[in-house]
Amino acid sequence: MGLAVGVLILLLCVVGNLALGVSDIPLAEVYRAFVAYDGSTEHLIIRTIRLPRSLIATFVGAALAVAGAIMQGLTRNPVASPGILGVTAGASLAVVITTFLLNAESLGFYVWFAFIGAAITAIGVYFLGSLGPGGLTPINLTIAGAALTEFLSSITSGILIVSQQTLDQVRFWLAGSLAGRDLDLFWQVLPYFILGLLLALGLGRQLTMLSLGEDVAKGLGQRTIFVKITAAVSVVLLAGASVAIAGPIIFIGLIIPHITRALIGVDYRWLLPYAAIFGAIFLLLADLAARLLFQPQEIPVGLVMPLIGAPFFIHLVRSQVKR
Amino acid sequence: MNRLETKHLTLSYDGTPIIKDLYLALPSQQITALVGPNGCGKSTLLRGLARLLKPRRGTVYLDGAEISKLSTKAVAKRLGILPQSPIAPEGLTVRDLVAQGRYPYQNWLQQWSKQDEEMVAWALDLSGMTEFADRALDHLSGGQRQRAWIAMALAQDTEILLLDEPTTFLDLAHQIDILELLLQLNQTQDRTIIMVLHDLNQAARYADNMVVIQQGEIYDQGRPKQVMTEAMVSNVFGVNSRIVPDPVVGTPMCVPLSRRTAGKELRD
Repeated sequence: MGLAVGVLILLLCVVGNLALGVSDIPLAEVYRAFVAYDGSTEHLIIRTIRLPRSLIATFVGAALAVAGAIMQGLTRNPVASPGILGVTAGASLAVVITTFLLNAESLGFYVWFAFIGAAITAIGVYFLGSLGPGGLTPINLTIAGAALTEFLSSITSGILIVSQQTLDQVRFWLAGSLAGRDLDLFWQVLPYFILGLLLALGLGRQLTMLSLGEDVAKGLGQRTIFVKITAAVSVVLLAGASVAIAGPIIFIGLIIPHITRALIGVDYRWLLPYAAIFGAIFLLLADLAARLLFQPQEIPVGLVMPLIGAPFFIHLVRSQVKR
Repeated sequence: MNRLETKHLTLSYDGTPIIKDLYLALPSQQITALVGPNGCGKSTLLRGLARLLKPRRGTVYLDGAEISKLSTKAVAKRLGILPQSPIAPEGLTVRDLVAQGRYPYQNWLQQWSKQDEEMVAWALDLSGMTEFADRALDHLSGGQRQRAWIAMALAQDTEILLLDEPTTFLDLAHQIDILELLLQLNQTQDRTIIMVLHDLNQAARYADNMVVIQQGEIYDQGRPKQVMTEAMVSNVFGVNSRIVPDPVVGTPMCVPLSRRTAGKELRD
């Protein structure tokens, strides 16, 4: 019931995202762009600019929120998310390196490098975090993530300083942007989004159990290793695909799971689907704001996120991170 | 019949052996208390018995079969474990927690059955948690929270129940509450209960069988009357004491006198 309402609001946001923008297009025209396409400028804007953008915002928002929710459950760390723990930075660096070395054009090709970058970083953060005093505590993990993010970002910057050409290719992407992607690119990463989301939703029950602690979950007969690996694969797919198509958009994977938990509760069977819907709605709205706030100039949505995310992050650290 | 046994069991953490070459048979349908000083390995042993810790050498047998070769879900239908001070995510309700205990009986096809529903209601009722079923765990007192966790283990419906210090951090009334609940389970439902206990007198009073662990090995085991001696308390805990019968139920009761000075009296 609640899910149906959520989906309805999501659809409204998609429609809003299609209809609102720098050029005013009436709703009826949006509708006609799909059922009676006539090649006019308005129809062209809707079908080649706004539609890909809305679809990408929907899936990237959902993917990052779900990835964040999984990471928070797995690590039992309230500030875990793809952005904070460096997974986003790792995937970004991999994409930049690929662009720099191979001059790759096809997204279907470099999305794989984004996965590899995300996976290596995730393993690295886990390893670094467990070296700290007291093992894999939330604070150690967060510090490891921050350190690795800085490290990877500086390499990214280094490459971009050295290579003007790479910089030109990824400049807008690197700020986290949903603009200027055509539908083809979206189709190329869609399978990974779907696979990642299906894996995640299939794990709902298991993640709830795992959030009671590894010993409890094992005692109840869960194969925790299998669950953790599947969950990690899902995170890498979701975060990697998001970075590949939209660049590093941070904080959404941090904020949305908390909002969802406050509204829906801690059962991952419900938490995950709702997080997906809320994440999609949130990014659609943020993208709309990025488009409309400074008309006619547009700013990348990745730059809007920290404005909302940073204060939220500080609040979380102050209220929830215990040693 | 002993359903849970170990042979040659060696358990270690980070390469350091904690439990060494242990032979132990845990009598069925009885309450066994594992006692010993801090760091003796009793909690490690409990985790090993529950297949949470992989043995370095040796084997744990459940009904004669190697526990590590059984499917973990099949084990979870016969043996439940409650770790020490488990933590639930904020906001989880008692009912949701107890429902987790039904996991071993579910699969992709059979998600939630009428029997699951009944078992959860039964577990809530037996543990006296029915009236708190819809409350969040973090809004309950320590004693209620512990009862909720025990209710989860009850919903798991296993004949063997392992508990790691179920009374720690509880005040006296709640300690007695938990121990009486476990005793009731043992007597009315024939459940085998194996628990790590800190308090020797509680162990002697509630357990049929006491296992004293010292530095990863069994110092002694048997009925509390045989095991709980002044020599044992002195050797294992380093405390001089008198053992007197409990004035109410007659089980041995330890009255500590002073810390033993470096084993002097024993050698004399």
